[in-house]
Amino acid sequence: MVKIELKNISKTYDKDVTAVKDFNLEIEDGDFIVLVGPSGCGKSTMLRMIAGLEEITDGEFVMDGRLMNDVPPKNRDIAMVFQNYALYPHMTVYDNMAFALKMRKFKKEEIKKRVTEAAKILGLEDYLKRKPRALSGGQRQRVALGRAIVRDAKLFLMDEPLSNLDAKLRFQMRAEISKLHNRLKTTTVYVTHDQTEAMTMATRIVIMKDGVIQQVGAPKDVYDYPENTFVGGFIGSPAMNFFSGEVRDGEFITADGIRLPLPETKAQAMKAAGYGEGPVTMGIRPEHVTLEPPAAAGQSLAAVDSEVIVSELTGAETLLYSKLGSQELIARIDSGLDLRTGETVRLAYDMELAHFFDARSGDRLKLGEEAAISV
Amino acid sequence: MVKQTAAARPKLSKPKVSHFETIQGRRQALNVINWVLLAAGSILMLSPLWWMLVTSVKTMQEVMTYPPTFWPESWNWSNYMKTWEAAPFDLYTVNTLTITILVVIGNVFVNSFIAYGFAKVPFKGRNALFAIVLSTMMIPGFVTLIPQYVLFAKLQWLNTYYPLVIPAFFGSAFNIFLLRQFYMTIPDELIEAAKMEGASHFWIWWKIGLPLTKPALATVAIFSFNGAWNDFLGPLLYVNDENLYTLQLGLQVFKGQMSTQWNYLMAGSLLVLLPVIILFFFFQKYFIQGINLQSGGK
Ligand SMILES: Nc1ncnc2c1ncn2[C@@H]1O[C@H](COP(=O)(O)OP(=O)(O)OP(=O)(O)O)[C@@H](O)[C@H]1O
Ligand SMILES: [Mg+2]
Repeated sequence: MVKIELKNISKTYDKDVTAVKDFNLEIEDGDFIVLVGPSGCGKSTMLRMIAGLEEITDGEFVMDGRLMNDVPPKNRDIAMVFQNYALYPHMTVYDNMAFALKMRKFKKEEIKKRVTEAAKILGLEDYLKRKPRALSGGQRQRVALGRAIVRDAKLFLMDEPLSNLDAKLRFQMRAEISKLHNRLKTTTVYVTHDQTEAMTMATRIVIMKDGVIQQVGAPKDVYDYPENTFVGGFIGSPAMNFFSGEVRDGEFITADGIRLPLPETKAQAMKAAGYGEGPVTMGIRPEHVTLEPPAAAGQSLAAVDSEVIVSELTGAETLLYSKLGSQELIARIDSGLDLRTGETVRLAYDMELAHFFDARSGDRLKLGEEAAISV
Repeated sequence: MVKQTAAARPKLSKPKVSHFETIQGRRQALNVINWVLLAAGSILMLSPLWWMLVTSVKTMQEVMTYPPTFWPESWNWSNYMKTWEAAPFDLYTVNTLTITILVVIGNVFVNSFIAYGFAKVPFKGRNALFAIVLSTMMIPGFVTLIPQYVLFAKLQWLNTYYPLVIPAFFGSAFNIFLLRQFYMTIPDELIEAAKMEGASHFWIWWKIGLPLTKPALATVAIFSFNGAWNDFLGPLLYVNDENLYTLQLGLQVFKGQMSTQWNYLMAGSLLVLLPVIILFFFFQKYFIQGINLQSGGK
């Protein structure tokens, strides 16, 4: 059992580069936290501070009630998987996995037991005598995982462990790490800039930008209710569509003057929130823009004629690139339709599922709809 | 498809070119020139060695004849036995080996440890300190000769091996530099991983640093072996007791005030040189690497 509290943590390099700012997070036992964000947003820095490889400039890192700020890495009982695996090239796979246990003066039999067990879990039994250079990328990755597993540490840290693998292997290892987590239940903090990894692996996602947390939540919550336009645009692929415009008389009017009527409850809520009139940004996921079907019960569709710019068949679905007025949009529609460039289609916007953001700050307007979801 | 027989194929008439105009021809010619140059160079380099060998088997009379002979009248191999017996060379060998081995151990481990620190342990003033260490390379050895002698005299280390051995345990700028360069190529991630797995810097150096820098360590070992084995000035300055003599000092018995027994001196020198030559044959690779590192290549 482990409980981790990160309180107001900041990191400043060389007095003026602030890599992490006022980071607050509580990590529960068994959590699989994914730190995600664009390059340079401070994910690795945060992870390295937890590991003890980087000093914490400000704030507190508490683990099981103990302040860890000044505890050296070797006494933290934290295992880390590095991006380039960091396997010891002169040691066999077995010795690589046994290193930490040897350093901690475990008995030979115990070491053997643990390494063998980890090797079995990871399918590395046949490679124990090999040196890392004689392994494929995926196998090396497994050894790196094995090295962490044998320690039975309180916390796993992983910094973009899959970024050196090709797409297929990455997909496979992603599933494998998830499986491993389900089995071992070791609390994990995982860093990636790949939102798909974040969505598929995390119990909770932490989205960062410029060293500041933008949102923390379960993948589905983050996807369905992004706190701001940055999160909306970062999570989900293809990204959320954003249209600038304004609200007036219960309608959203795009910058080009196209009118999309709002559902009654939404219009009311916006008025209540003080946005009954004035500029807002509308955000809508590609799957909520469809070729106009008859509206089902409870749906509130606004339909607009649009020109097909490109339609891309990705397999099970088609991505339709078009425009709402002058603003670009992507719709995700059922494939099987043969849409030609230049053709006019009628696209329906599911206004019930659309989000509205403050035009200036980009923060999502809280219209009461997430009450049902957030715990 | 109609099969064409060899006979039916039109014959391509080869244009007549001289052998040296073809690409292979030119390559061959270049090869020949290369070999000739290399051979000439080798002969030039080996000639002193040959001269030593020839001199070592001559009689003293023949050594003195003029013009000198490049092929001895008789090969007096017994010179070697006489040489070895002229002084307690067995003892000198043991003495020299003792010093050399200690010096090699000191150089390899101490410099490696210091270099690890400079490459992988961040601390305040590291770069400044490293600059100071490097700057000691600029001081010619002879400048410090007398102060050093005074220092060792005050420590009462004269006529012991301490002055020859102890300094090797205090690091040398060049070796530190060379090994640091090697450590820089080891990714920091590796060190960090080991740190997280519970290793202290000492253990990281021992378990990861040493094995991964083996080639550089071999270079350091060979150079310090060479240096210590061939050191003449050090023992000459600090060792008086004949029981403590090294081989290089021992060879001086053949150099009298009046005359030098060149044949024995050469025989002795060749014998003393032998381990170095053997070492070179086995570790050529590291010698060359060391020289490359010195000249900044890689
Ligand atoms: N040692 C350092 N000295 C100075 N600045 C640093 C140092 N390490 C990182 N930074 C800066 O801190 C910021 C955050 O870096 P960090 O490595 O944490 O980003 P990241 O989110 O992991 O990015 P990536 O996805 O590219 O790995 C960057 O602006 C970076 O330039
Ligand atoms: Mg990073």
